[in-house]
Amino acid sequence: MAAPMRRVACRSFLAFSLRLHQNTTFKNFKSLASFKLPSATNFCRRIHVSKAGGLKNGEFEMQDPKSEDDVVNIVYIDRDDVRHEIKGKVGDNVMYLAHRYDIDIEGACEASLACCTCHVVLPDNFYDKLSEPTEEEEDMLDLAPFLTATSRLGCQVILTKELEGMEVRLPQATRNFYVDGHVPEPH
Amino acid sequence: MSPKKTRVLTITVHNNVSTKFASVMHKSLHKCQWRKPTGHVRFLSSQQDSSFRVCVVGSGPAGFYTAQSLLKNNPNVTVDILEKLPVPFGLVRYGVAPDHPEVKNVVNQFTNLAQSGRCNFLGNINIGTDVTVKELLNGYSAVVLAYGAASDRRLDIPGEDSEGVISARNFVGWYNGLPQDSELKPNLNTDTAVVIGQGNVALDVARILLTPIEILQKTDISENAISALRRSKVKQVYLVGRRGPLEVSFTIKELREMVKLPGTKPILDRSDFEGIDKLIPGLPRGRKRLIELLYKTALQSSNSQDERLETSQAAWGLKFLRSPLEIIQDQVDQQVKGVRFAVNTLQSQDGQTTAVPTGEEEFMECGLVLKSVGYKSIRLDPIVPFDHMKGIIRNTKGKVDGIQGLYCSGWVKRGAVGVILSSLNDSIETAKTISEDFTTGHIQHNNEGKDYLMKLLNNRGVKTVTFTDWLNIDEEERQRGQLQSKPREKISDITEMLKIAFRPQHEK
Repeated sequence: MAAPMRRVACRSFLAFSLRLHQNTTFKNFKSLASFKLPSATNFCRRIHVSKAGGLKNGEFEMQDPKSEDDVVNIVYIDRDDVRHEIKGKVGDNVMYLAHRYDIDIEGACEASLACCTCHVVLPDNFYDKLSEPTEEEEDMLDLAPFLTATSRLGCQVILTKELEGMEVRLPQATRNFYVDGHVPEPH
Repeated sequence: MSPKKTRVLTITVHNNVSTKFASVMHKSLHKCQWRKPTGHVRFLSSQQDSSFRVCVVGSGPAGFYTAQSLLKNNPNVTVDILEKLPVPFGLVRYGVAPDHPEVKNVVNQFTNLAQSGRCNFLGNINIGTDVTVKELLNGYSAVVLAYGAASDRRLDIPGEDSEGVISARNFVGWYNGLPQDSELKPNLNTDTAVVIGQGNVALDVARILLTPIEILQKTDISENAISALRRSKVKQVYLVGRRGPLEVSFTIKELREMVKLPGTKPILDRSDFEGIDKLIPGLPRGRKRLIELLYKTALQSSNSQDERLETSQAAWGLKFLRSPLEIIQDQVDQQVKGVRFAVNTLQSQDGQTTAVPTGEEEFMECGLVLKSVGYKSIRLDPIVPFDHMKGIIRNTKGKVDGIQGLYCSGWVKRGAVGVILSSLNDSIETAKTISEDFTTGHIQHNNEGKDYLMKLLNNRGVKTVTFTDWLNIDEEERQRGQLQSKPREKISDITEMLKIAFRPQHEK
């Protein structure tokens, strides 16, 4: 949703800077004054740029790909079977990328391997391309209902070019009721 | 910049956690805005122009997740979250162990919600003494009871209420700085403690008793607890369960933590695990890895019958097939001497495994007994239909039986089982039930909500704590914590909390 606005903004900005370059006479200052930002809100999402010392908690995922080489297109399939085609980039965290685009995936512990709410199911061929889950991730996956052989925690899946076209499916529910593994009947 | 963002700026800057600033802003944007079809993004109007005002009783995970779900799906709803204490977050603050800070990250999400404009936190309000459920039903379109479990399941055995027998719930409250448990004085002057129960709370309690002090003192553990633990003589902790290894209630992460606990070793009786290895392959994934780890640990551990423990080394053990019959006190000084157990055998019936006494008994010597057999909810208000056996409010998918406009969420709805995330799913169900009732007109709307409540409370002299007031407490705790290299030093006195909450700005 932000994409169309971003393109408009970029175009406006480009036009604006072109004007600036062409003729920096007094006459043109008037046209500078008439430059309008398409929507303040769109820019506001990018105000929180990186702090010195690295990005945290989804900030990296808020940045757009720097070039086509960086792009990784994936598809999220939500609980209502709706497909969301998303343009991510190399290094994006699948959970935070979903957050950026308002896809309904929780992330209660903020990627610290203390919950299973970002549980996703991947296609076999893409699952095999990822490195093995750590013991901690497996421990958390144990608690996730509707677990499959190709389940992962979304916060542990980092995009690479190899994952281009991957379908990330959200399981029906993301938390377990019973510690002994019993899964309740869906209502 | 909208006023909302300015507010976020002033709150987070002085917290010295500037990395959170960006994520807080991003998150409040992420959570608050909704999109119109044209692609324009509009912030929430600051005008409280809603027709449905909902009141949630309890500010723990169930309360906040219910609020979150309601707000996400209903643009014309506002939610007031009431809390008995001056501080929010319930068991996230007072239940999660101090050495599990990452589990508490969910607080950030709740903080964003409380500052999002359609959600108001109101602390220091006691249902029963300050306002009744009936009055809340008058003022709000819907009232959601999400007040958790403030009591324990009982063993109902002789000696249960003697000195030296403590509920694990109180012990957890004590090391987490809960005001009502701050004066607990567990007897740590003994070398053996017995915990009755084999769930995650039992493991937490054992772990806190045995973790080296150098590790604990860097957490947000309460001052009372850390100074008592420094003088603790407890060296062995046994978790005793009435059934077998296949029926343990704790989960693998916590077990693994225990197995790797520095300076300690596990004591497991290998005979308890005979035949278990053959059953492991048939177990569902969730249980399989847990039992595998237990079995592996049992094979590698010392057997209390074969080897003597070195007296200097701390140890934790699991004892199975034991049900407590009586807690024995010393005749002279009334101190706990030990526990008399019935020895059980297992019986399978209708897919359930139950413990059946064999007639044999066993005595375990110890100086401290911790009961960890489950939390239990209490009935907060006489008009609420309550199932005393199960300790839950009578409800159907979150709608309280027989009372229009009343709902429930969390442990008080399902029973006191499950981690924070179980409350998430549960809250979504309750919110869905409420949303459906909004649409079908089964709920009145245009109730006065907060205005009505505040008028009532002002007349009664009740001073409510807002979320901004809580942030004063939060900042004070962090600052005090910094002096001790802890993430925070929790304030466990309510009067002091209120004093800091209402401190005038210029004093900061």
